[in-house]
Amino acid sequence: MPIPRSHNAGALMRGSGRRFRWPSGWQWLVMLVALLVLMPLSVLFIAWLEPAWDIWRHLQQTVLSRLLFNTFKLVVGVSLGALLLGVGLAWLTGACDFPGRRHFSWTLLLPLAMPTYVLAFVFLGLFDFSGPVQTQLRIWFGPGIRLPEMRSAGGVILVMSLALYPYIYLLARNAFRTQGKRALEAAQSLGCSPVVGFFRVVLPMARPWIAGGTALVLMEALADFGAVSIFNYDTFTTAIYKAWFGFFSLPAAAQLSSLLVVLVFGLILIEQQLRKRMRFAQSRLAPQAERIQLYGWHKWAATAACSLVLGVAFLLPTLQLLRWTLGIFHQEFTRRYLDLLGHSLLLGLSAALLIVTLALLVAYCGRRHQDRLTGSLIRISTLGYALPGTVLAVGIFIPLAGLDNLLIDLARSLFGIEMKPLLQGTLFVMLLAYLIRFMAAGFKSIDSAMHRVTTNIDEASRLMGLRGLRLLWRIHLPMLRGGIFTALTLVFVDVMKEMPITLMTRPFGWDTLAVKIYELTSEGEWERAAMPSLTLLLSGLLPIVLLMRGTDD
Amino acid sequence: MPDKKIPILELNAISQAYDSQLVVKDLSLILEAGEIGCLLGASGCGKTTVLRTIAGFEPLLEGEIRIAGEVVSCYNELLPPAKRRIGMVFQDYALFPHLTIFDNVAFGLRGTGRVELLRRTNEALELVGLYAEHKKYPHEISGGQQQRVALARAIAPRPALLLMDEPFSNLDVSLRERLSMEVRDILKENGTTALFVTHNQHEAFAVADRIGVMAGGEILQWDSAHDLYHRPVSTKVARFVGEGEMIAGLISSAGEITTGLGCLRGHLNDSRPIGSAVQLLVRPEDIVHDDESPLKAEVLRRSFRGANILYHLLLQNGERVQALVPSHCDHQPGEQIGIQPDVRHLVTFPVPG
Repeated sequence: MPIPRSHNAGALMRGSGRRFRWPSGWQWLVMLVALLVLMPLSVLFIAWLEPAWDIWRHLQQTVLSRLLFNTFKLVVGVSLGALLLGVGLAWLTGACDFPGRRHFSWTLLLPLAMPTYVLAFVFLGLFDFSGPVQTQLRIWFGPGIRLPEMRSAGGVILVMSLALYPYIYLLARNAFRTQGKRALEAAQSLGCSPVVGFFRVVLPMARPWIAGGTALVLMEALADFGAVSIFNYDTFTTAIYKAWFGFFSLPAAAQLSSLLVVLVFGLILIEQQLRKRMRFAQSRLAPQAERIQLYGWHKWAATAACSLVLGVAFLLPTLQLLRWTLGIFHQEFTRRYLDLLGHSLLLGLSAALLIVTLALLVAYCGRRHQDRLTGSLIRISTLGYALPGTVLAVGIFIPLAGLDNLLIDLARSLFGIEMKPLLQGTLFVMLLAYLIRFMAAGFKSIDSAMHRVTTNIDEASRLMGLRGLRLLWRIHLPMLRGGIFTALTLVFVDVMKEMPITLMTRPFGWDTLAVKIYELTSEGEWERAAMPSLTLLLSGLLPIVLLMRGTDD
Repeated sequence: MPDKKIPILELNAISQAYDSQLVVKDLSLILEAGEIGCLLGASGCGKTTVLRTIAGFEPLLEGEIRIAGEVVSCYNELLPPAKRRIGMVFQDYALFPHLTIFDNVAFGLRGTGRVELLRRTNEALELVGLYAEHKKYPHEISGGQQQRVALARAIAPRPALLLMDEPFSNLDVSLRERLSMEVRDILKENGTTALFVTHNQHEAFAVADRIGVMAGGEILQWDSAHDLYHRPVSTKVARFVGEGEMIAGLISSAGEITTGLGCLRGHLNDSRPIGSAVQLLVRPEDIVHDDESPLKAEVLRRSFRGANILYHLLLQNGERVQALVPSHCDHQPGEQIGIQPDVRHLVTFPVPG
């Protein structure tokens, strides 16, 4: 998150030698949020103080090397797959023109609405030996025909590439959009064939954006829990889950988590370097550059490619979900389902309100204090998005359970009372984890809205006699309304879809749609998992509509 | 050496259409080695399309294009842009933002060998005076410098023909004038044959040897700046290039025309018989301010231009002329001032209708 530097940037740090300025109330608040983010992180590394050697030995003998190799395969495969899809489609819809281009440019974002774990079980249901696709193929071509096994490394990679390519697509498309055909023409006028020009100019010019999107895809792939568990494909996240709920060893879970954190933060560092480059590499080409007109079979090939991806990644799965849902609707749409839905909505809404309120305060602090200390505090506060849900669940649970035990001991020794745990098994744990993980989602949209409220606007309002609360109420809030709404929607939908945190920290009886999907799919009940999935899919469409409003051309 | 000189660029009756709309009609021109040509016209007249067609980015509907004698475009046949030995300076420069200035200029030299690449890149950078900046990135240098990098990049591979699309339009006015002269010097020093398009006649006059005035997809006149200004072939060209007004006249004897300004003598290139009614082009510098003159005109409007004032004047017979007068002769609208015609080239056109 770029923080604008004022002329007195770093005054707090520089001045500290002569005169220490006590942080303001705003800064204390941001510091608190930053500490909340740092807490689970430090807990994970502190867990190494008592290594769970027996479990490590067991892991090492049985699964550790497979775990590492699996994670490696997944990350490499998914990034290659998502790159191929994301960059190819982004170039077609961003720089070229062909029949249907306008529609594809936004419909190709739709797979973002589909949680990876939903796409995962739909694909298993569709392409398994007994699934509709293979059955139909056997009818057409005889019983001998078989598709490659979907429940495999290749299958997970395919599913996750299809679900995650939009991250690359979205960023790369903006880059290609500003390039238009000019860059390729310039290369051609200097003696490159179009193909050579594509690799020497078009791709390198978009490299920061492509790499930025790839970093996001990598983080998602590393953090994914749902899709890999459905495929029984062991990675770090499933191992952390098993260490906790299978071996009941929190230290082992924490130590595994810390390894994953190191990987993820390596990625973040790379991503932030690229983000810096992106700002400098902004091309001076016209924002509405002319497109490359595709002719003849090229244009139909482009249409076909976009249709194929859209069909496989979104339309086909959605139709299958609909079909399953219609089949079981009358027996599944019960009081029990409404409870699940109610839990999901309630959690989503309360987390959204909590997070957006805090994000507003943090963003306001960033506006009032434009020094280096506040800048870094804000950056830490919004770092949680990078922590995989499984990691966060472990990192939150350990200190809170510790706090509980401390309280119980204190109560026993001081007052002789037998207390029950205060925090464990309450919504508080879950909301805290959500807060840490989705702070960035809320903060980003509010902060960008906040940047539109310039100091000139404040000064213009003051000249007309508006100040204090009335300034906040009549100028700031109306200007921030769009950003607040976007933030609420994004956080709400993220929480609705969230699986591992909810699964690992929910209080008894607080099952949500996502948890239900996990339970049903782990028993192979695809049909019954379809209805909650469809609900999540619908809610997932909301942020895409918001995204669309910002990117139409 | 062939005894007959082969022109570098030859357009033979080319036509070009977008969506069955003819945007270039039957256009021909020839550019000799070392010449700088210019297509001058308002936006939408098809000049950029001509340039893009020469570069090979657009197909051709009719006619043929030859570069150094070789047919590069004709109906249904198109040599790819990369094989045409052309260089191009784009309106927005299209510098590659991810490459340094050096790498931008060296881009077209790949495959020439390391020593040669180094030599020719440095040579091109020296030529445009930007050797000192070669390690920077495009966003780190000024607009004028970017323009010169674009030029260096285009001429470094020594193209047979350099094309420039509105090369100065992204610069501010003061820079534009200086740079257009610089670019001409660079091209002449390098012996580059070039064709550029612009809507700005000052740029065309400053840079080009030959200028084609374009309108509606056609070249109205292909001539030197001097001849365009002083011998326009049609009222359209006369109106587009320079300022001035048309007044009615009558050929009263050989080399003499009677008009509202009196009887004018001069070099007359009109073969119409004596007694024919014509239109006469009067440029602002053809009218001299003279307080003593019996010929009076009323000041309608004035625009101060520093050294001169351009007066819009109403003659007694109701016709209008313009006069460019040294700015110390200050008159206000409504005043009657004395004027004297001083028309050297009698440029006449038939009376319309």
